[in-house]
Amino acid sequence: MPLPTDATHTTGEAGAPELLRRFTTAERWIHRTTALLMVIALITAAFLYLPALAELVGRRRLLVTVHEWAGITLPVPLLLGLLSRAFRADLGRLNRFGPHDRGWVRAALRGHHRPSGKFNAGQKLYAAVIAGAVLVMIGTGLIMWFPHLAPLIWRTGSTFVHDWLALLIGVLVAGHIWMAARDPEARRGLRTGHVSRTWARREHPLWEKEQRGE
Amino acid sequence: MSSDGTGGADRAGTPVGRRVILAMLGLGAAGATVGGYLQNGIDNVLASVTAKDPTGLSGLLPGGGGFRFYSVADTIPHRSPADYRLTVDGLVERPATYTLAQLQAMPRTRLVKDVQCVTGWRVPHTPFTGVLLSHLLDEAGVRPGAKALTFTCFDGVYSESLTLDQARRPDMMVAYAMDDRPVTDAHGGPVRLYAAPMYFYKSAKWLSGITVTDHVQPGYWEHYGYDVDAWVGKSNGRTDAPTD
Repeated sequence: MPLPTDATHTTGEAGAPELLRRFTTAERWIHRTTALLMVIALITAAFLYLPALAELVGRRRLLVTVHEWAGITLPVPLLLGLLSRAFRADLGRLNRFGPHDRGWVRAALRGHHRPSGKFNAGQKLYAAVIAGAVLVMIGTGLIMWFPHLAPLIWRTGSTFVHDWLALLIGVLVAGHIWMAARDPEARRGLRTGHVSRTWARREHPLWEKEQRGE
Repeated sequence: MSSDGTGGADRAGTPVGRRVILAMLGLGAAGATVGGYLQNGIDNVLASVTAKDPTGLSGLLPGGGGFRFYSVADTIPHRSPADYRLTVDGLVERPATYTLAQLQAMPRTRLVKDVQCVTGWRVPHTPFTGVLLSHLLDEAGVRPGAKALTFTCFDGVYSESLTLDQARRPDMMVAYAMDDRPVTDAHGGPVRLYAAPMYFYKSAKWLSGITVTDHVQPGYWEHYGYDVDAWVGKSNGRTDAPTD
């Protein structure tokens, strides 16, 4: 019988590990660098866009340059991460919606708890929406960055999409940070790579069961 | 079973993630195609909402109306009305330095037109009051061989340019009032350029010098690809309606 490779150490007569390995070092650095680039893009966006903040700092040309490069390099950590087998496996998990994910969002909105795998359906949707949004932001951003690439009507439309999608991304990222702020154990997973089995059993029971090799 | 590769609660099922990403790409492309028209409609709705919104929050939405603050300098420069000076020099018979009071004593012109930014936003019916550039040029006496004007600003960074013919138009002025109040620091006060028929980057804030030259010296943004002759609707690849 193959051993559960995610388990770091086993304790106790039941053989239940107290800590489960949730993320590899590579995965944690992918998250950190992506988060840093996203925060830079959002903050520079706010200072370019909101008059009250723009008046504080000026330096428009510099802000634009920082914003453009933070935006265009946002997918780089993820692309480099494809070299990591564990990361590719987690991308696969984020992509697939199993039977237990069906109705998860509706249940969560009503305050019910449904069992989930390593990622719950909300996390999967967040990952997909952010990934799609970043791609759209890069496309529309490039059209605004290099105005001679596209006809005017595309540029006006791109500005429209870029402005409104930026608002949506801001709300989603704020929600993401708010969820993390309420869950120290989830943050520990991304800081150290490990989470407690009790947390996993509560938040991601199907994954926890899987880690027992059942 | 192995915890990598196959099996597990999340490893089978519908590829919803991929579908969501593709849907976002489709929506994004559709939005970029029709967005130009949509934004116009949203601008109209938001303009009526913003007019009645006591919180001002709706002004923060895209197209929510109003001016946006653009500056290439690191701080908002400040000159008091008493300290302010405008110099006119270069290819002129009588170089001069004017105080704000002297400018205000000259023949005044008030223009009410739309302000159009090259990035798309537009503020309707904005009154500017000031002295026509043509009057300042006549006072200084343009020497033969003069072709253009270079404008410098006391933010220390920005510059702009106009040809002599453009500058002599009756809608090109040195403005000291906007919305019938003194031009504020953030809007480029106490005195800014107002080039009414052109995109607003031509209307240099914090104007401190006018130099008559024998050729056009492109201004700050023009070094980054903006058009030198910035007629609204006929430059920078844009088709906005004229500002009249």
